[in-house]
Amino acid sequence: MRGLLRFLLKNYAFLLFLLLEVLSFTLIYNFNSYQRSKYLNSSNKVTATIYNSFSAVGNYFSLASVNRKLARENAQLKSLIADLPFIRITPYSIVSKAEITDSLYRFISAKVINNSVDKQDNYITLNKGRKHGVKPDQGIVSSDGVVGVVIHVSESFSLGFSVLNKRWGASAKLKNSGTFGPLAWDGSDSRYANLSGIPFHVELAVGDTVVTSSYSSVFPEGIMIGTVHSIEMPPGDNYYQIQVELAVNFRALSYVDIVENLKKDELKALENRIIK
Amino acid sequence: MIRILFKYLVMFLSLVLVQVLIFNQVQFGGFFNPYVYILFVILLPLSTPRYLVLILAFVLGFIIDIFSNSLGVHSAATVFIAYMRLLVIRIISNREDDKSDYPGLHQNKLIWFVSYVAFMVLLHHLLLFYLEVYTFANFLTTLFRVILSSLFSIIVIVLSQFLVFRD
Repeated sequence: MRGLLRFLLKNYAFLLFLLLEVLSFTLIYNFNSYQRSKYLNSSNKVTATIYNSFSAVGNYFSLASVNRKLARENAQLKSLIADLPFIRITPYSIVSKAEITDSLYRFISAKVINNSVDKQDNYITLNKGRKHGVKPDQGIVSSDGVVGVVIHVSESFSLGFSVLNKRWGASAKLKNSGTFGPLAWDGSDSRYANLSGIPFHVELAVGDTVVTSSYSSVFPEGIMIGTVHSIEMPPGDNYYQIQVELAVNFRALSYVDIVENLKKDELKALENRIIK
Repeated sequence: MIRILFKYLVMFLSLVLVQVLIFNQVQFGGFFNPYVYILFVILLPLSTPRYLVLILAFVLGFIIDIFSNSLGVHSAATVFIAYMRLLVIRIISNREDDKSDYPGLHQNKLIWFVSYVAFMVLLHHLLLFYLEVYTFANFLTTLFRVILSSLFSIIVIVLSQFLVFRD
């Protein structure tokens, strides 16, 4: 017994080292499940406030390009507004009827306060949170196209997966043929993502448009994702390997919209009833 | 004593801020991800109790993890180099040398300091990048990222000794 005690005292540094490493690895495993890490991410108050105040400095440098984008988007919206049968404006959001589907979507404008593109799993921190109506599983889009999806919200900030995250993929389809497949990022280049699940009989060409499909309740149908950059036909396989050039420049994200599908709960309830 | 505590507290906070607000935002095609915050672990006095070095390293890594949404990855890598620190120092030091308690650039030879920093940064980045990717697929690509980022981190850390920590 005394021998054991002496051994423990002599090697306490090694034991402490082991303990801390076990703790770290437990954190790595548990963060993957995303349920318990409510506060331990960059949408918590302290971290987000620091990011928020410092992003204000950097914002001045992108004002010109943000202005250009806004002007272009305004022009597009003006040309669309005549077609919209129903529009309502609330302090934070605009309720509008998406032109293609029947669901109602709500758009909440938000500022990107932190964003990475070079990690293996990239995240976006936004300056809108629960009190603005943001909830997990809402889509994030910019005027160029799909950006990501919200996973955590705090009182006034939220954290999302960007498309450049291996843990999440959008449901995409080819605009021409309507064939759909999952979009996934392989962790290497922030300009490209991979589209799989498109069988060989579908005709496609470099430059074809890839948009969001109607099979997810996160995004409205037909939001721009990117264009086909290269097509490969791996031997012994039935599906193309398609590299998609993303429409959004993730290195220069500034303002985005968070999309809420107002009929999502109804849809989920119906689907759950049938599956059970 | 109070002065030293205060100095390390300021260093801790400023390294965290510099890391998350500047170096985490550096983006050169995914190959340069410099992590300079481990300078804190590198510069702790050699006489610091080992438990304190380990716990401080864990807290430092944990805070960086929260900022970069990578819970556990930085903590694991930083605790690892905190444990290996004395071993690294033993390997690169000659027995005859009088060792200063403070492992800074001006208290030691340049070549000693550079190799100390290089060992620590390489160990840290190796563990960190492979934990982050979480696979040995694309082994060489990841190794390439480790080497480029380590070079960058080493240069920044050594230069910082000339510019900021001049006492």
